[in-house]
Amino acid sequence: MNLFHVLRAGFFTTVQDLGRCGYLKYGVPISGAMDTFSMVAANLLVANNPNDACLEITLIGPELQALRDTQIAVTGGKLSIKIDGKEAPMWQTLTIHEGETITLGKVERGCRSYLAVRGGINTPLILGSRSTYTRGKLGGIEGRQLKPGDIICGFNVPFLEACFKLPENMVPQFSNDFTVHVVLGPQSDMFTDKGIETFLSSQYKVTIESDRMGYRLDGPSIEHKDKAEIVSDALLPGAVQVPRDGKPIVIMKDAQTTGGYPKIAAVITPDLDMLGQAKPNDTVRFFEITLEEAHERLLEYRRKLSSLTQKLVRIS
Amino acid sequence: MEHIYPSARYLPFGDTALVVEFGNIIDLTVNRKVIALNEAILEANIIGVEETVPTYRSLLIRYNPEKIAYEHLVEQIKEIEKRLRDTPPPKKTRKFTIPVVYGSIYGPDLKDVAEYHGLTENQVVEIHSRKEYRVYMIGFVAGFPYLGEVPEEIATPRLPTPRLKVPAGSVGIAERQTGIYPCEAPGGWRIIGRTPIKLFDADWRPPALLKPGDIVRFMPISEEEFKRIEELVKSGAYKLEFREE
Repeated sequence: MNLFHVLRAGFFTTVQDLGRCGYLKYGVPISGAMDTFSMVAANLLVANNPNDACLEITLIGPELQALRDTQIAVTGGKLSIKIDGKEAPMWQTLTIHEGETITLGKVERGCRSYLAVRGGINTPLILGSRSTYTRGKLGGIEGRQLKPGDIICGFNVPFLEACFKLPENMVPQFSNDFTVHVVLGPQSDMFTDKGIETFLSSQYKVTIESDRMGYRLDGPSIEHKDKAEIVSDALLPGAVQVPRDGKPIVIMKDAQTTGGYPKIAAVITPDLDMLGQAKPNDTVRFFEITLEEAHERLLEYRRKLSSLTQKLVRIS
Repeated sequence: MEHIYPSARYLPFGDTALVVEFGNIIDLTVNRKVIALNEAILEANIIGVEETVPTYRSLLIRYNPEKIAYEHLVEQIKEIEKRLRDTPPPKKTRKFTIPVVYGSIYGPDLKDVAEYHGLTENQVVEIHSRKEYRVYMIGFVAGFPYLGEVPEEIATPRLPTPRLKVPAGSVGIAERQTGIYPCEAPGGWRIIGRTPIKLFDADWRPPALLKPGDIVRFMPISEEEFKRIEELVKSGAYKLEFREE
């Protein structure tokens, strides 16, 4: 079922769901939304399943023409929404009529926005997910970012009778300075005490070489004890690798599944979502917590996500 | 120093994973331990374990802390590891023979590798293809096998500047490792040949041809043979056989 005709694709727009789990051992990254909270909220606002496929918009939004009546919700990084030139709000259900043009502007706060459509986007399921992994040319629309002329397909599902919005106090606020919590290890013993101290007390800048694969950071060099290489082993999103030059790299959703640099720490899951909203020139600080505290935060975060539906406010 | 640890190290990796390291060395004994532990964990079906990733010298275990506490997980895996130490299980290995056309446009670095070692191109091919290699891990890009170990006589460092595009099927050398690019990707390995064989397909179950612990041998083929097999692979009529020993 055709839903939208892509008039402008935006800077880097891809189809994403919650990702491809269970294939790391075959070299296939997890992929999926960089900011899970925002993506799930978008889905729930149109009464989808949390894992339904959405558009992930990076820095500059696309322009879409509706090919039939539908409902959407836009969340994540703050941007302007215009429907046939008329301003519409984020974080709530929007009704779209056939023929209308949805114009999404520049992301002014944060880095990535999400557009969910009632019923979810329909692209082939590849290894259990619709997420686009552009480097491996897997998932989404032909394994690539959107381009003008693409047709976005959906599923035939009943229209929602009610519209919802996320209460204001639950809308995440993105700044340009991020503080993320980390658990040290698995190779923190390859750094000097001074190196660990540098890592935990410095402010790092997100460089232009940052994307869905990883964020290269710039700032004070983290000192290794001796070697800056390990026998390559498994990577996960959140891992903070430190190569010879001492500048940390945070591994993100599309990263390669193995790597040969020591990992000083790993960003906890809830904060990795937030980091997905960091863009070049934003700053990042790392704050150490215990594994126990990390688990408390993770469980609290999952509770927040699973109770999100009940928190939505009916607006019509 | 590079060595095999006297006892495995259990290390937390973020809030959802545990790493069991057996050493910091590329070594057959270490890799065998990784794979044995991986198989035993999968067999044990531990509630809360979501996926495992075996690599050269460590096993990553992703778990759900809502279903199993970290300490409890470590305890259970230590128990399994202890059992394995007592009885190393006899294992069948899969042996694959992978056809490769060496040199010319298919292996643009064969000449340099030969020159680097003062060998002829034919000698490099002979040395590379006479040995059985073990799949130590799958990583980097979907389906990429890290194979070892390349004989010292042809072990060659990576290119000073990686190529932006290495064609699918390229067979490369990096120090004492050799590997095959399943898809076009950037890369700094010295490319000495190319195989027409497909190593990854998202429609296969499992999606990767090879898995850690498999044995691979390269078979030199002519350009004509390469093209013939390539056609068969494209039409889906080619089936790569393996022996189980």
